[in-house]
Amino acid sequence: MTACRRTNKIFAKPRHCLTLTPRHGQASESLRDAPHCHIRNSGLLKSHSRSNRGLLSFAAILVATLACLFVSPSDAAADGPRNERLRQRLESGVLRWGGDAEGGAPFQFFDPGTQALIGFEVELVDGIIAELRRQLNLPELKAEYVQYKWVSLPQGLEKKDFDLIVSGLEITAENRAAMIFSRPYYIYSQQLTVRADETTIRSVEDCKDRPIATLSGSAANRFLTKMGATRISAFEGQIEPYQELALSRVDAVLLDLPIAVYNAGSDKRFKFVGDRVGSGFYGIGLRPDDGDLAAALDEALGEMMRSGRIREIYSKWQLWNVDQFELASADRPAEAAGLRNKTDEPQSGGAAVATQNWTFRAYAPLLLESAGVTVLLSCLSMAVAMAIGLIVAVCRLYGPAPVRLLALVYVEFFRGTPLLLLLTFLYFGWAHVPYIGVDLSAWEAAVIGFGLNYAAFEAEIYRSSIMAVPRGQWEAAQALGMTEVTAFRRVIFPQAFRTALGPMTNDFVAMFKDTSLVSVIAIVELTQRYQILARSSLKFVEIGALTAALYLAMSVPLGHLARYLEDRWSVGHK
Amino acid sequence: MNTTTTTKNAGPEHLVELTNLVKRYHGRAILDGISARFGRGQITAMIGPSGGGKSTLLRSINGLNTIDGGEVRVGEHRFRPGQATDREVLQAVRRTVGMVFQDFQLFPHLTALGNVMEAPQQVAGKSRTAAEAHARELLKRVGLGERCDHYPSQLSGGQKQRVAIARALAMEPQVLLCDEITSALDPELKHEVLDVLADLRDDGLTILMVTHEIGFARRAADRVVVLAEGKIVEEGPPEQVIDRPETERTQRFLKNVLG
Repeated sequence: MTACRRTNKIFAKPRHCLTLTPRHGQASESLRDAPHCHIRNSGLLKSHSRSNRGLLSFAAILVATLACLFVSPSDAAADGPRNERLRQRLESGVLRWGGDAEGGAPFQFFDPGTQALIGFEVELVDGIIAELRRQLNLPELKAEYVQYKWVSLPQGLEKKDFDLIVSGLEITAENRAAMIFSRPYYIYSQQLTVRADETTIRSVEDCKDRPIATLSGSAANRFLTKMGATRISAFEGQIEPYQELALSRVDAVLLDLPIAVYNAGSDKRFKFVGDRVGSGFYGIGLRPDDGDLAAALDEALGEMMRSGRIREIYSKWQLWNVDQFELASADRPAEAAGLRNKTDEPQSGGAAVATQNWTFRAYAPLLLESAGVTVLLSCLSMAVAMAIGLIVAVCRLYGPAPVRLLALVYVEFFRGTPLLLLLTFLYFGWAHVPYIGVDLSAWEAAVIGFGLNYAAFEAEIYRSSIMAVPRGQWEAAQALGMTEVTAFRRVIFPQAFRTALGPMTNDFVAMFKDTSLVSVIAIVELTQRYQILARSSLKFVEIGALTAALYLAMSVPLGHLARYLEDRWSVGHK
Repeated sequence: MNTTTTTKNAGPEHLVELTNLVKRYHGRAILDGISARFGRGQITAMIGPSGGGKSTLLRSINGLNTIDGGEVRVGEHRFRPGQATDREVLQAVRRTVGMVFQDFQLFPHLTALGNVMEAPQQVAGKSRTAAEAHARELLKRVGLGERCDHYPSQLSGGQKQRVAIARALAMEPQVLLCDEITSALDPELKHEVLDVLADLRDDGLTILMVTHEIGFARRAADRVVVLAEGKIVEEGPPEQVIDRPETERTQRFLKNVLG
């Protein structure tokens, strides 16, 4: 409820201007936007435009006068203290905006050449800052970029790591429960992309039971879920879905148009099909107590729309389309509501409903299912790690010099490279490697990746455990006539394994938690499920506690089992 | 006694023969040209000062040490320097020669019974049933019939060493090498191990023991060999070597040991 009221408060500002904005907006659009461009670009329209010029100028003056009459007094009264408050608010001279540049093209990303932050949102923010400087008479005001993980942006805002979110954040009921929004700055829609030789898919509906990739937590993801698509692969980055498509692991990708244009628009391997669906708004997210700032942003954006700056920016990034004409009116509740009704956003999935529905029974099965994924993945990976680890350890201890060196290189390599890198490479990169490349499924990549990485650590545990077996045990076994292989198998290894068990259990528990990394290759395990559920319901604490309890339910008994086995087996030691 | 071949394996009258054995370690000769023969069914006690080469000599016989010169013969198997890595010969020698260690070296993850059964099953290829029956019999013989299912950590030192002897006997060796097998034991536990040895000798087993138990050597050994500075300085029947040592080196050693 509070969230709703707060939301209304910022939307009260545009509503206050309502009486004038339509005329003002229309006038300015016809004045500055459409005709202006035509004058510049089309000689045919020149005379026509010129003949209208006097009339239009007159209309503009009339509107401006009316604006002065009706708005200025009240606005001056309201904006005076507001601007004063804002100047105090922005005393530091820095407005921090949060976004995610990781795979963030064309929104915001680091230029591969210069490493400068670029993107249409970067230019948008620059424009806004310029407007704010003028509006608030703060010539020193600067923007500061804060890199953040996209899914955590709302939390970052709340924790005041930054003041604005400008990162393709959709204005949805869920998001509105946690923050307030500026007026929309872009109207997005979802574009379906398929491989160039695809003939059977003509619209999103054709993908109901076909493998389709999208971005985790995005509007497209929600659209697909709502549509009842059965084979969605949701990734944390926006590039991965198109890689999946290129590798024929999925048949289609549904993502925001800007993303589709940037990643697939000029790629001959792909083509766009079907109508754009699921449109909605990108807005700038602010903390609920930053209503003044929100109003100032609204004004700044409005001015940029009127001046044509927005169109300029979007055109430059090939993002301008007819939908954007509605931007100018999207701050008016009536039309905005109309637009919103046109969207396919699952409004019923909003926070208010989710809050009422929160029960242990609703979330436990989903979390349990994902815990099953975690357990299965961890067990398979650990089995692989322990098997490879033993081979590597034996090679390191008993192999001829080149084999020993190779085993050492193995250990150093996998111990020294991040698991995330390995997983990403195995899943997305290996298929492209000539001759030895293999197209792995997500599960294969996960089990192999974890197995190979953990094997390096297990090998070292095996090695130290084997070396800890007294030399005399070898001699005793050999004196009995055992070959080295028999001695190792029957005498040395059984003892070493018992010693290794403790440290390996530690690794196993660590792996339970490390498996959360597989969300990068679209496997939904427990942590990922937690993030999805918590972000859609905002029940971070409740679901978090439940998730933690599940992790503990897995790791604590494991620790006890290991200790029990160690105790039982250590009867034989000493 | 030495002239009669009573064992089923007819062969040379001396089961183990060392010829001019040399072992160097960091340039120092640990064994400096040792020649000795050990007869069947005898207990030979090797005594002498620490570092005199006793243990090295013993471990050269079953190839736990490589040798740098001379020859070792066990039964019909011989090995010389550089041949010690000949695994087949080594394996064959080790099937003939059992060994018991100062610090037991029982397999801690196996019960007493498991320790004794392991080699017959894994090396001699005996069936589990046969190996177990034999193991129980051997454990009973060393007085541990009731301790079959105990793990080494649940046994006293003397009991551990008796399990170790049973483990060596399970391979039915003709020679038993005992490397200071009572040194790690409390004085009152030593006799239980030594009694077992005396008992085994009576069964015709050839026993080579490195020991500091001068009393036991004198009582039970058929022959005493004194090793010092890598050489045999004196050998003969115990009553001669221990009671009336001829060399100054032996006299000095005995004086130090007996006080």
